[in-house]
Amino acid sequence: MATLIDEKTRIIVQGFTGKIGTFHAQEMIDYGSNVVGGVTPGKGGQKHLGLPVFNTVKEAVQQVGAEASIVFVPPAFAADSIMEAADAGIKYCVSITDGIPTQDMMTVKSFLRRFSKNERMMLTGPNCSGTISPGRSMLGIMPGHIYIQGNVGVVGRSGTLGYEAADQMRMLGIGISTSVGIGGDPIIGSSHRDVLEKLEQDPETKIALMIGEIGGPQEVEAGKFAKENMSKPLIAYIAGLTAPEGRRMGHAGAIISSAGESAAEKVAILQDLGVTICPTPSLMGATVAKVLSKM
Amino acid sequence: MNIHEYQAKEILTEYGIKIAEGGLAFNTEEAVQRAREIDGDTWVVKAQIHSGARGKAGGIKICKTHTEVEEAAEALLGKKLVTHQSGPAGKVCSRLYIEAGSKIAKEMYLCFMIDRSTERVIMIGSAQGGMDIEALAKTNPEAIKKIYIEPAVGLQDFQARKMAFALGLDTTLLNHAVKTIKGCYRALRDLDANTVEINPLVVTENNEIIALDAKMDFDENALFRRRRIAELRDNTQVDSREVAAAEAGLSYVGLDGDIGCMINGAGLAMATMDMTKLAGGEPANFLDVGGGASAERTEKAFRLVLADQGVKAMLVNIFAGINRCDWIAEGVVQAVKNIDMKLPLVVRLSGTNVEEGRRIIADSGLPIITADTLADAAEKVVKARNEVVAQTSEGA
Repeated sequence: MATLIDEKTRIIVQGFTGKIGTFHAQEMIDYGSNVVGGVTPGKGGQKHLGLPVFNTVKEAVQQVGAEASIVFVPPAFAADSIMEAADAGIKYCVSITDGIPTQDMMTVKSFLRRFSKNERMMLTGPNCSGTISPGRSMLGIMPGHIYIQGNVGVVGRSGTLGYEAADQMRMLGIGISTSVGIGGDPIIGSSHRDVLEKLEQDPETKIALMIGEIGGPQEVEAGKFAKENMSKPLIAYIAGLTAPEGRRMGHAGAIISSAGESAAEKVAILQDLGVTICPTPSLMGATVAKVLSKM
Repeated sequence: MNIHEYQAKEILTEYGIKIAEGGLAFNTEEAVQRAREIDGDTWVVKAQIHSGARGKAGGIKICKTHTEVEEAAEALLGKKLVTHQSGPAGKVCSRLYIEAGSKIAKEMYLCFMIDRSTERVIMIGSAQGGMDIEALAKTNPEAIKKIYIEPAVGLQDFQARKMAFALGLDTTLLNHAVKTIKGCYRALRDLDANTVEINPLVVTENNEIIALDAKMDFDENALFRRRRIAELRDNTQVDSREVAAAEAGLSYVGLDGDIGCMINGAGLAMATMDMTKLAGGEPANFLDVGGGASAERTEKAFRLVLADQGVKAMLVNIFAGINRCDWIAEGVVQAVKNIDMKLPLVVRLSGTNVEEGRRIIADSGLPIITADTLADAAEKVVKARNEVVAQTSEGA
């Protein structure tokens, strides 16, 4: 099976009955994801899109065996929903919500650390496009049709840049095992490193592509992890070579605030760590093809 | 969101941090009046701009008489100050903070911020204050003390004492130091600040700990629940284009080049700027038009990009996921017609309904240059820009 999610994974939608939740729940169902219901406090017992609505995540876990959840709850309440999922025993949660206060995410991470590693829910996002295992399951908001099934594992902060990569690969006939958007916020559920760990364990993934950007220490940490722990080749592209220091480039996390956080510095460090660098964003597909051809 | 020194000091006072007596002035008369209200024989006139390193840029003036205060106020008000943090455009000073001069026995550094790598609050201090902390971190990293605070537990007294000792404070000041340190932490946590920085924190000759400067930066995502903080926003300190963009719900950063950009998604926007640069061009801006790009929103984005008089050519790069290329194409065609755009425009569409989008552009009869790939788009827009520049120089 693919890592994180597959066609059997039982998915619930938190913020199910809202406009955004409804739209994307339908898209996921159309893609073939195994959506088994949703949670909207106060609307328990109703049916929505032909599926049961629950008041709490716990009820969804108990009654329909929910394993994974996707969060569309508005920013002011999203952190609470993520913690509710973790408490109820959800294994994997994707938070799409954009605009969650940083300190709320600090609380979420602190809450998750209380669980032992085996019992801790994996979280990706917030402010991300979600996760897809092409041909099997989509737990996100991406255009599913641009992804084809294959052996490249992808992890990236940005949604649209991830689409760009998937599309370039599709043009070259290269498929993806799992693509994970980790989100553009300063504090996020899982880092590039965390996802690479999953991709390394996944038998269907042969190589990994990391799409990073300016700001924060994560890409370098991931490079170090790859050097020490990965048998599979890692390719990286870092966006923001032209970004000025100290300015926020759209993503709240995309700001160069200390040494080693600019794109040029990250590229240099990753190169030293033995990561194959994709020099320009138009060559993501071609670089993957080149590395694959040598295997 | 940044706020001014005087605003940060007012907030920190509520958390038990001591400051020197001071007052705000919007004009020269007020500046002199504030000085008269403050006892003593020395006053400091401080330019209120959203930038550190004001001293070196001439933004802080020490005055011995009221006449000197008047002169300092006159020199600073309305002036653009360029510091090494403000960017080359500088920041206009329209407010002054007049403060009683302090007799300083010792200068220290104290800062609290959200640390992205540990996902905790980090407290940073140094017995060597008043200077550039980044420079100190490079030359003498041992002089900087870092203490991590687990948010679920909060800052403990022993941690505050540890910091007080690291700051080299006399034991007679220990209680006051702990109160000051804990106050800063509380302010950060209570108000959703990203940073609380006091540089310098000083001990006066009267053996009092005071915040001589104060800087606070707040989480934009939390302003919905910090109404009072949100009201402190000073748009005169922000690029006017960015203010207009924020009002239109767009994410825009003004840059120094001449190729205007409109892209969906922050990552793709950065990547497109990189491609433009690699093709030999310089982007004029970063602009993320976002997910649901309606025709109206597209037109607003176009107007914003083209308001920059320096723009010589424009690039649109859309990867439609939830968006649809046909909607975007209609928006682009409508914007070009409504604005009567004369500059060359390169459009690259990809993703959902791409054929339909391309057909709309082709059928519009407008001189829009289309591109298939990211590289193709970057090369075409740089070429178009170079042609505009060549024509302009021929004309002149």
